[in-house]
Amino acid sequence: MRGRWTFAAGLCTVAIVLPLLWAVLASVTPEERLFTNTSLVPRGLVLDHYRALFAGRDFWTPIRNSLIVAGTTTLLSVALGAVSAYALARLDFRGKTPALAFVLAVSMFPQISIVSPLFLLLRELRLLNTYGGLVLPYLTFSMPLAIWLLVGFFRQLPADLEDAAMVDGASRIRTLWEIVLPLARPALATTAILTFLYSWNEFLFALSFTLGPERYTVPVAIALFRGQYQVPWGEILAGAVVATLPVAVIVFAAQRRIIAGLTSGAVKG
Amino acid sequence: MATIGLHEVSKVFPNGHIAVRQLTLDVENGELLVLVGPSGCGKSTVLRLIAGLETPSSGRIVIGGRDVTSEPPQNRDVAMVFQSYALYPHKTVRENLAFALRVRRVDPADIDARVKKTAAALGIETLLDRKPGQLSGGQRQRTALGRAIVREPQAFLLDEPLSNLDPVLRLGTRTELALLHRRLNATMIYVTHDQEEAMTLGTRVAVMRQGIVEQLAPPLEIFRRPANVFVAGFVGSPAMNLWPAEVTQGRLKAAPANIMEMAAASDGPVTIGVRPHDIDLVAQGDGDGSGDVEIVEPVGATTVVHLRVDGLADQLIRVAVPADTTVRVNERVYFRLRRDRLHLFDARSGARMTDVR
Repeated sequence: MRGRWTFAAGLCTVAIVLPLLWAVLASVTPEERLFTNTSLVPRGLVLDHYRALFAGRDFWTPIRNSLIVAGTTTLLSVALGAVSAYALARLDFRGKTPALAFVLAVSMFPQISIVSPLFLLLRELRLLNTYGGLVLPYLTFSMPLAIWLLVGFFRQLPADLEDAAMVDGASRIRTLWEIVLPLARPALATTAILTFLYSWNEFLFALSFTLGPERYTVPVAIALFRGQYQVPWGEILAGAVVATLPVAVIVFAAQRRIIAGLTSGAVKG
Repeated sequence: MATIGLHEVSKVFPNGHIAVRQLTLDVENGELLVLVGPSGCGKSTVLRLIAGLETPSSGRIVIGGRDVTSEPPQNRDVAMVFQSYALYPHKTVRENLAFALRVRRVDPADIDARVKKTAAALGIETLLDRKPGQLSGGQRQRTALGRAIVREPQAFLLDEPLSNLDPVLRLGTRTELALLHRRLNATMIYVTHDQEEAMTLGTRVAVMRQGIVEQLAPPLEIFRRPANVFVAGFVGSPAMNLWPAEVTQGRLKAAPANIMEMAAASDGPVTIGVRPHDIDLVAQGDGDGSGDVEIVEPVGATTVVHLRVDGLADQLIRVAVPADTTVRVNERVYFRLRRDRLHLFDARSGARMTDVR
């Protein structure tokens, strides 16, 4: 039984890792050998594709654009999401449940169905081809995610802690800032990672709402590498590897924080 | 320190549950008032109403002469010790104690001095740099107490502060709490479901049931003259024996002792109550009745004997005897009720009837 599970787990790992490995290998294989060399053992590696990426194509611009857009989206949705989620989790006000349902409903529209209306809207607001024109639509998808994740987390925090803080004289805002948010760090980190991943990888909006290379994000830029007569697979794969790096770094850095049980010792049991 | 007054306070929760009904309560300056009752009787809700964590549905709450009914908890200047302790897990003991003072913008040097003084008084000065997760149950409890004391508030609200401690620690801490109350001369309201804690700590004890105070009196008064059947059965360990009887023509007719010469105000069904310690085992012929020993429970200084008594088929009578008494199961014993320690309650209303002699 145990052996069978190990085998299945191994199979899954191979299925996930193999394409990644292939992409990394292909990105350092010379163009002329890409479709002749089917060996997994690398040899005769070159950094030509990476050189072309940054020297020939100015790949820095899409990276910078993606970092700005994904970073801003993440910051805003975690900050606004935390405040909204706390209100929804703890405060008593009319229409709380409908509000939560509405937030969820907003995120249920298929992206493709709102591209055209959003395009017209952003054109009217003169936000096409700006960072704001990407951050705002991204928030409509990331905020529901952030709010639902955080409401769930806030609800399971012991209410006694907040009661204690308020009896101690702290205002709601101060309680949120000094008691709740420090305890919510694992949830905030999770939310931030998911939001960042989503915004970093998002393609459809980025393609529709940017008009020139100066505002292309990484996925758009890679997709548009393809020329009229040829597909530069080496450079595309080099770009994909570069695009994966920041995400991998962030996930590894935050992993520990997510796992750490921060509420231990607060209340008995 | 201050007085606390509740005037006809009611609390109805949104789901329709009535937690507190028309409660009027006056806590004197420096008093330790204990709210005791079975779980769900509304005692914790009363505490939360005073703290401002719940808003009353009707009525007024006055602390130190100031009407605070609509004030949030931040403006009430009371400290609360939670059953769960509710220590801030990401802050050290020092920061836990200092938090309320920092919120109130007390001078940092002053905060430091007060935290040190409080920690020293509670014997936790060596733990100041630890986090709650690194403390034992008793140390957490002290920290929670310290967080309240360091503020020097108008009043202390304690919500079952000892219930998470192991029994030995609980007794020790109970004594310390009594000492602390005397030293601080503080107004305290203490909620517990443990009647022994209530009796030993309280200046006065309020016995609650279903949102109503059934009796509010000094502990011994509650023990000696319970106001009704509920209080009689709730206070005292082992619990008071209660069984139905009848008064006809001014004479009491109770099952084990057929007719006892006693003046009772009015005829009708009554409930008779007598504490296990107020029943003596006697030689054959001297007693009010007899019964077969069903269970013998040694509890240290005394032994509790459960008797199946002739004429009271469905109920065992508890008798507390000195531990050196030899009683065996199935033995037939004879007992006598102490006449001056009998309690009579109206069978319908449950209220205490005029004292019998």
